[in-house]
Amino acid sequence: MNRAHFILREREYGAFLSVLRKLRTDAFAKVVFLVDKNGTLVASTGEASGFDTTALASLAAGNIAATGGLANLIGEKEFSILFHEGERDHMHISLVAERLILVVIFDRRSSVGLVRLRVRRVSEELAKILAAAQEDAGGEGGVIEELTEEDIESLFK
Amino acid sequence: MSFINYSSREINCKIVYYGPGLCGKTTNLQYIYKRMNPDARGKMISLATETERTLFFDFLPLTLGEVRGFKTRFHLYTVPGQVFYDASRRLILRGVDGVVFCADSQLTRTDANLESMENLRVNLEEQGYNPDKVPLVIQYNKRDLPNVASVSELHALLNQRNVPEFEAAASTGIGVFETLKSAIKLILNDLKRGAR
Repeated sequence: MNRAHFILREREYGAFLSVLRKLRTDAFAKVVFLVDKNGTLVASTGEASGFDTTALASLAAGNIAATGGLANLIGEKEFSILFHEGERDHMHISLVAERLILVVIFDRRSSVGLVRLRVRRVSEELAKILAAAQEDAGGEGGVIEELTEEDIESLFK
Repeated sequence: MSFINYSSREINCKIVYYGPGLCGKTTNLQYIYKRMNPDARGKMISLATETERTLFFDFLPLTLGEVRGFKTRFHLYTVPGQVFYDASRRLILRGVDGVVFCADSQLTRTDANLESMENLRVNLEEQGYNPDKVPLVIQYNKRDLPNVASVSELHALLNQRNVPEFEAAASTGIGVFETLKSAIKLILNDLKRGAR
């Protein structure tokens, strides 16, 4: 496994955010999250203040991991789309470029068909931004490289 | 795999608490949750059975101080310890930056400790890690109970890599933060080395 860091710079963050905002508008969604497959929030847009975004990111990643495990058991590589239907709000979760998880929360103002269509359209754009981010990082550690023993010790003072 | 976000100026790392069933992994996280300043920790999530056995994982996000203008965030996970949840354990190890192996010091749990350590090595390897290189800290938990193995016995059994080891009684908090601090230091040092 590649143990290099996943580095997200301002430029790619801005690009992700702009795609998420467009998706939210076009899909009439309440909130859109982009999550790293390991469970860390990358970006979000919409009425996110009502949600515990850290917990949501972790559980979405757990959800994708568990269904991926189920997929393997029946000989599938991955289940790339999950849909959870609630009484008021619904959640559409999809995998982007096997690395990111796109979470769309919507209510009756939208529909699963519309969300699925819009998600499919933006997934390629997100994958391109991700590829650019990985190329841009080029194994560079940035802030991590510069850490000193003193920096690490200072966390525990 | 750590995640460095230049936009929110955060470094995110994942720590997994591993070990046999009922060794005290969840208890470690519960103690950390209880004792951390609420500003420095998020909500603790436990995906557990009705009898409070971990079914999938526990999750506790912590935010420590800043280094070089970056907030350091650590996501603590536990695995389900029971032998038959192996598929879930493998999934939780994905993207891990460091492992805390929580051993149950009771003599009756010797085999379970050994089996779990071997299982950790197999699962790390399956996830593409070198089990001899992943940052690891060992905690000998339940030192407050009678009929426990000596630390030297546990060391000989479990700590062939000679990694940092701590005695603990997680239910009262003894050794919990020492273990966590050591894991965090190892991870940051490992990331630093890996970045070069």
